[in-house]
Amino acid sequence: MPIELWLNFLFVLMIIGSIVALELKDVLSSIIAIGVVGLGVSISFLLLQAPDLAIVQFLFEIFCVVILIQAFIHKSHHQMESSRSNRWLTAATILTAILLFIGCLPLFKVLPPFGKPLMSTAQYYLDHGAEQTGAANLVSSIVLDYRGYDTFGEVTILFTAILGTFTILRKTAKAKHHGGQHE
Amino acid sequence: MNSGMTIIVKTVTRITVWMILLYGIYIILHGHLTPGGGFAGGVVLALALLNVLLAYGRSYTFQWLRLPWLEHVESASALLYLVVGLLGILWGGTFFYNFISKGSLYHLLSAGTLPILNIIIGLKVALSLFLVVWVLAEARTSKGDAA
Repeated sequence: MPIELWLNFLFVLMIIGSIVALELKDVLSSIIAIGVVGLGVSISFLLLQAPDLAIVQFLFEIFCVVILIQAFIHKSHHQMESSRSNRWLTAATILTAILLFIGCLPLFKVLPPFGKPLMSTAQYYLDHGAEQTGAANLVSSIVLDYRGYDTFGEVTILFTAILGTFTILRKTAKAKHHGGQHE
Repeated sequence: MNSGMTIIVKTVTRITVWMILLYGIYIILHGHLTPGGGFAGGVVLALALLNVLLAYGRSYTFQWLRLPWLEHVESASALLYLVVGLLGILWGGTFFYNFISKGSLYHLLSAGTLPILNIIIGLKVALSLFLVVWVLAEARTSKGDAA
């Protein structure tokens, strides 16, 4: 079977998974349905021959599911709010979406074929990456050498995010702990 | 969650957590040779520590890992990444210059600064992800106490 067919199958599965996650009332089942989406992304990365991304996506998906379950373990159900959307507004939105899609149809002909990127930078990395950085794993050489500055930004983002989490959650924990045993 | 899970879970965790940690360290150290690297290996390490937290509970993990010390390591690893970049200026003239000799391809000790940066990123990702879960658990349990 060609790879595009498998990818389409996975995408349909992921769309179904996200719809199920929205519609289910049980929070735990909802979280597991979200997990289907993430694992689908991971498998599609693997099919597109990007094992680095597949590993990271897979692990982060597990991590997300654990965090979500931990966060929502005491909430077994969430209240379904009745839809407040206007019927005319819904019709107008769907109509606009269809018109946009039809308007964008000529653009699909301009797009390059699947797997043939327009950028030629990647070819340079493929040709010179191993000799210039000495790393056998090309992804690593790009992330840490050619794009080392970007990775520094990512590390800074991670640091700032953790700092924010600490600032918010530690304060509430301490306030409710009444000077608990730790620290 | 304070006392942890049953003795079966604890025993299995006690044996497997070292294998998971070893696998994470392997992924980080071979980041410049095989798929993976600092981010993937760091998440594996974080999940191993999370496993201990879930199985043994908070107070045991707090003593086992000496968490205040881990927080300092987590904060310092971001700075270490910057230090490696600045060392590149010192020796090579540009930010993040690969100043160590590149070695031969496919060897464990090759690719200059890449393994060092991988180790730093792995440390950073592992500790920060674990600490987020830790802080979440702390906020949750204290909320449960108050209620």
